Amino acid sequence: MSTSTTVQADDQKPVLGFWIYLMTDCVLFASLFATYAVLFRNTSGGPSGYQLFSLKNALTETLVLLTSSFTCGLAMLAAHKGKKRQTMAWFIVTFVLGVTFLILELTEFHHFIQMGDSWRRSGFLSAFFTLVGTHGLHITVGLFWMLVMLWRLARTGLGKATIRRLTMLSMFWHFLDIVWIFIFTIVYLRGMIAP
Amino acid sequence: MSKKTKITGIVVAVLVFLGLSTWYLARTNIPILEPKGTIALKERNLLFFGLGLSAIIVIPVFVLLFTFVWRYRETNSKSHARYRPDLDHSVLTEALWWLIPSILIAILSVVTWRSSHTLDPYRPIASKTPTMTIQVISMDWKWLFVYPNQHIAAVNLAEFPVNTPIRFEVTSDSVMNSFWIPQLGSQIYSMPGMATKVYLMATSAGSYKGYSANISGKGFAGMMFTAKATSRKTFLEWVQQVHRTPRHLTLAAYNQLNKPSEYNPVSYYSDPVNNLYVKIIDKYMSRPQANVLKNGHSNDVHSKNSNYSSMNSMGTL
Amino acid sequence: MIGFAGLIDGFAGLLGKLSLNQLPHNPITAGGALTVVGGVVTVALVITYLKRWKWLWKEWLTSLDPKRIGVMYIVVAIVMLVRAGIDALMMRGQQAISVGSSHGYLSSNHFQQVFSAHGTIMIFFVAMGLMFGAINLIMPLQIGSRDVAFPFMNSISFWLFFAGVVLVNLSLVIGDFSAAGWLAYPPLSELRYSPTVGVDYWIWSLQIAGIGSLLSGINFLTTIIKMRCKGMSLMKMPMFVWSVMGSMSLVVFAFPILTVTLTLLYLDRTFGTHFFTAGGGGNMMMYVNLIWAWGHPEVYILILPAFGVFSEVVASLSRKRLFGYTSMVWAIWAIVLLSFTVWLHHFFTMGAGADVNGFFGIMTMIIAIPTGVKIFNWLFTMYRGKILMATPMKWFLGFVVLFTIGGVAGVLMAIPPVDFQLHNSLFLVAHFHTMIVSGVLFGYYAGIVYWFPKFTGFRLNERFGNYAYWCWLIGFILAFVPLYILGFMGATRRLDHYSASTGWQPLFIVAGIGAGIIAIGLAMQFLQLITSIRDRKKNRDTTGDPWNARTLEWSVPSPVPFYNFALTPEVDTRDAFWAFKQTQKAGSNNEPQTYESITLPKNTSIGLIVGTCAFFFGFGAVWHIPWLCVLGLVGIITAIIVRANQHNTEYHISAERLAQMDHDARNAQRGYA
Repeated sequence: MSTSTTVQADDQKPVLGFWIYLMTDCVLFASLFATYAVLFRNTSGGPSGYQLFSLKNALTETLVLLTSSFTCGLAMLAAHKGKKRQTMAWFIVTFVLGVTFLILELTEFHHFIQMGDSWRRSGFLSAFFTLVGTHGLHITVGLFWMLVMLWRLARTGLGKATIRRLTMLSMFWHFLDIVWIFIFTIVYLRGMIAP
Repeated sequence: MSKKTKITGIVVAVLVFLGLSTWYLARTNIPILEPKGTIALKERNLLFFGLGLSAIIVIPVFVLLFTFVWRYRETNSKSHARYRPDLDHSVLTEALWWLIPSILIAILSVVTWRSSHTLDPYRPIASKTPTMTIQVISMDWKWLFVYPNQHIAAVNLAEFPVNTPIRFEVTSDSVMNSFWIPQLGSQIYSMPGMATKVYLMATSAGSYKGYSANISGKGFAGMMFTAKATSRKTFLEWVQQVHRTPRHLTLAAYNQLNKPSEYNPVSYYSDPVNNLYVKIIDKYMSRPQANVLKNGHSNDVHSKNSNYSSMNSMGTL
Repeated sequence: MIGFAGLIDGFAGLLGKLSLNQLPHNPITAGGALTVVGGVVTVALVITYLKRWKWLWKEWLTSLDPKRIGVMYIVVAIVMLVRAGIDALMMRGQQAISVGSSHGYLSSNHFQQVFSAHGTIMIFFVAMGLMFGAINLIMPLQIGSRDVAFPFMNSISFWLFFAGVVLVNLSLVIGDFSAAGWLAYPPLSELRYSPTVGVDYWIWSLQIAGIGSLLSGINFLTTIIKMRCKGMSLMKMPMFVWSVMGSMSLVVFAFPILTVTLTLLYLDRTFGTHFFTAGGGGNMMMYVNLIWAWGHPEVYILILPAFGVFSEVVASLSRKRLFGYTSMVWAIWAIVLLSFTVWLHHFFTMGAGADVNGFFGIMTMIIAIPTGVKIFNWLFTMYRGKILMATPMKWFLGFVVLFTIGGVAGVLMAIPPVDFQLHNSLFLVAHFHTMIVSGVLFGYYAGIVYWFPKFTGFRLNERFGNYAYWCWLIGFILAFVPLYILGFMGATRRLDHYSASTGWQPLFIVAGIGAGIIAIGLAMQFLQLITSIRDRKKNRDTTGDPWNARTLEWSVPSPVPFYNFALTPEVDTRDAFWAFKQTQKAGSNNEPQTYESITLPKNTSIGLIVGTCAFFFGFGAVWHIPWLCVLGLVGIITAIIVRANQHNTEYHISAERLAQMDHDARNAQRGYA
């Protein structure tokens, strides 16, 4: 076995492993979507999505997250070109957008809870908070990961291992974007149609 | 002790054990194999059919297994000449054991599909006698049987006329249970906030044991009840007798009964509240405005800490 | 905004729900607690006395060698087998005497905890442990690899598994365990009906161990896809590797569902959500669907690798190639796909309607076809072979007999109307025990005897192995045939008491005797191990290939050196080692001519730290101690970041040193050392 194949295999293993992980995360979200679909009408006398959701807010969140996916892509382009400062800059932009998204989401949650419509209110709200919240939790993890990678970038630069990790981070970020599109469609848009 | 005596000893011991077992089982009631209702009878026949069909595969498997092991054991030098270490496939035989089981399963599938429909617990039983309704409520830890048309109720006893289709409408005012009278047939889950149904009909008079087949907590084992199939005349007499019971099943009496209790003896109530069954289901359906039914469990951690639980509002009034 | 603490039920002060009142009070539970504490203290003292702590730490606890991790899995699984076996004996004892006016020696709640723990531990910590142990030991060797794809993650998986084990056993010492059955159906498992921490222990031991399993699934799948040696195309892989691939694919798709289900149940219990509650808009039927959407594939997750073990054992001990290799591969993947389409057969009695029941019934029966194909292929592997009647083969024969009978019971219950009469009866209990004990346990027992010499350098004692086998087989028949009959007699599962008029008692007594004989069988296995270690010189495997076997693991010296292969092998056929032996003259060896330097991962304690932190997190979650959860979480994150930024996590062995070590290993095996 020659050395070159060893190195190549080493590069591919984590990426393949990460793809498989993303698949498991897909199943996780699929289960939560299924739960939401089952409990969607179980408002138990509480508010329905139609009464609760603001499409404007959800749309803003969507735009912010889509943009962050785009800037994340730009960051990766820069990384592959070996431009460290540009990579860091785009990741910082992505980070800020991600934080903005989280703030928007938490504001929405806060608003609902203040009105007395927390997850304790009904099966529907339990499913809503858990599904959207799980996505938000993933975003938080992604942001934290981004911070660690920024720190690593600043310290060590764009080595092969670093680029590999950035690739996985960007895969994660795009994946969350796709999940959000489903949330936007199934939770918010569908919720806008009167029950 | 020689090998021969040893083997004889083992064979004798096994035979004695089997003999004793057969003797015991022959004089013991085996409800599922001795059905007393139309549904249970059909289900037992289906069981035997499935068993027979499986034998077509199982017997060859056992024969092949023992033949091969015996003939091709290493210590049997006679078979060494037939040793073929590279024999590793045969399209024909492999096709055979994909095909034959497939055919058997295909036959069984047709039977399964049909019987799933004919023996669907929700399917009314065709009979000249009109169907009677009994509402079944599983509670912690007893069964309440409400007779909506006879205006009586009984705990842990369901009496009904023989050769009459019975529609059991089943729900729970506690956790999940499963309503099962083995000698009459099909069990069905009882679930809070939900109504399930099972149609059964006894073909001979007698007392049959009923169980909860799904664990429901501390007093689960005590959730046995009696299903009593009697002649129409005896049944009507029984109804009259229960009707005279001074205890009415008012909401207060119901709430009292709903408190957890174990190994309850049979007891009777007259005049259950109108629509009690529906009220019990509704209790779990949505946030009720003023529901008078209380929850059985007083050690309710939810209600102590939370102002959010909709269950809580049920517990208060 | 409502304070965070206000949204957690039972949150009170620094220690949450924890208090001294939670220590066991009655003699039987206190006995359980003392056994656990005493056991742990004794083991610790013995290690201290033998001055083995450093050795334990360096050679085992911090090791990233999959063989070491595999052995640790198996050791833990066997200890748990004893624990859950005692649970089984307690249950059989109770059911044999708790008739009529006698209510036995266990309270109903305690009895329910015992069977809940029995099921949970047997599946998650015995069967899963044996399976992951076997995979860690065998799979890398069989694909000609030195390691798994992610050795560090492998260590994390094990320590998460171990954290689950600790949690489940800690419930004996402080608090209690779930009394809601091994799958904890709501609403019984909801806070309203199970107000103690029992269900939370159940949730978190499974959750933590389950995440470990998920990571293992990713790890092994990547290993099989990426790390096969040169020339080993998919269709040249040993059947065990195929079965692991099928099983791990199931892990990857099924375990996230478990993660979600357990989380939702915990949210219901702790944060007052209404996923599965009765009322409030919850839907308990959704829980039953979700848990079985994981639960049914789980059965195949456990059994497929055991099938793989049988495939290896039968081929090796019949001295023949495995019959119908291609059929076997197809059968595995048919089972993998079908296992996701049958979950509803676990609750035909929920009133889903005839069409739904009929569909799932038929899908269930279809699984019998690929399973039957596997059995026929095994049978014809023996055809015209030279069958060595050693204990691994005997476990296999016992398996075929029992598994076929259990399979028939399964097909019967796949017919919905028949299931209406047998569901949740002891017939069902007998059915799945037949499948899991013969399919899973017997499989891994066969594997343990078969591969034992490879990893220790000496063989297991056949005499005690034989005794163990017969005790298990006869004990099993005595313990479970009565349960089939009891099912026909209307006996439901999980009863802590029944009336004398049922006529069940004699059968329960026979079943109890059977369980006792199984316990003797287990004792025989311990004797087998002890005598084998005592006579290890006599039982030495000097060839490295005691069964004249077929696959790559037998080509390396016994015990397997930590680097597995001095030179990564290259294969051009199935059963590569067998083929190699056919082309070599007798007496020649497979020692490499040239050596290359190799790279292996260094030991690390971070996996152990992650496991410990996960335990703290779980414990905090069980007892509602938020700061402990935060501490655990921060610990895990810090450990991962530290690891991600560590350099020099690997070390190299030069070609010369490797040549010397390899030479020594081969000499040691031949007994020249």
